[in-house]
Amino acid sequence: MMQLKKIIGSLLLVMLSVAGNAQEKEVQMGDVMRDNGRIYVVVAVLLTILIGLILYVIRLDKKITRLEKDK
Amino acid sequence: MYKSWWKIASILLLIYTVVGGFLMKVPALPALQETIRNLYFHVCMWFAMMILFTVSVVNSIKYLRTFNLKYDIYARHYAAVGIVMGALGYATGAIWMTYTWADPNNPAFQSFSALAREPKLIGAAIALLIYFAYMVLRDSISDMDKRARISSVYNIFAYAMLFPSIWILPRVMDSLHPGREGNPALNTSDIDSSMRIVFYPAVIGWTLLGVWITTLKIRLHLLKEKQLLS
Repeated sequence: MMQLKKIIGSLLLVMLSVAGNAQEKEVQMGDVMRDNGRIYVVVAVLLTILIGLILYVIRLDKKITRLEKDK
Repeated sequence: MYKSWWKIASILLLIYTVVGGFLMKVPALPALQETIRNLYFHVCMWFAMMILFTVSVVNSIKYLRTFNLKYDIYARHYAAVGIVMGALGYATGAIWMTYTWADPNNPAFQSFSALAREPKLIGAAIALLIYFAYMVLRDSISDMDKRARISSVYNIFAYAMLFPSIWILPRVMDSLHPGREGNPALNTSDIDSSMRIVFYPAVIGWTLLGVWITTLKIRLHLLKEKQLLS
């Protein structure tokens, strides 16, 4: 449980730093995230949602495993 | 995690689906344009639903052969997650058709009532309603054995009704929905080979995710059952 919280925490920090970086480079054009009609932004958003949902399912799985062990 | 290799496989396949599904090249088609990428999501929902319903009916038959209540619980939860997948397929299809079938230049498809007459939509709605009835029927009987037996028999009927309502009827009648002449998305002529390398992993990934959620529901149900007994 603690481990998962740490992972989620560090992921959030990474995201924050990415967001910070993106703002500094506002003038620079043509980096990956702004390429190709910014489709990569959509991919990033969908991946975030997907990973969020999967992490949720993993947590549920672990909780149920613990309940099963308590029996 | 309990028996985790296929769960990891599901996660990896889904990540591949999202990345590959958005970034790989797709054939340029009139009206569909980029929405053809919905194939990796919308169609996979129906495939997952069909597979989950099949597992459900197999468990119902197993119950009727052995009278082991475990199988009845399996059948119920596989059907429940199958319904969720079907509802998602229906909702995504509704969005997709709004922007591809509805053509302002063609008065026949201008209104929603014209689109709602689609045999594929009606068939899918009937199939889902039959499964809703399965849930209502099963959960309304309080006697355990009776519930298991009646709902198992009904589940076989519901599965049998899937074939006329979603496989046969839409093919007999005129439909805007693609894939009428064969198996949608499996035919060599209506799916580009460049799309297969994302489509098949996507089907497996979404199905495994459905199975994963189902196993969680089953394990929770079995735990509850155990608590009642002790």
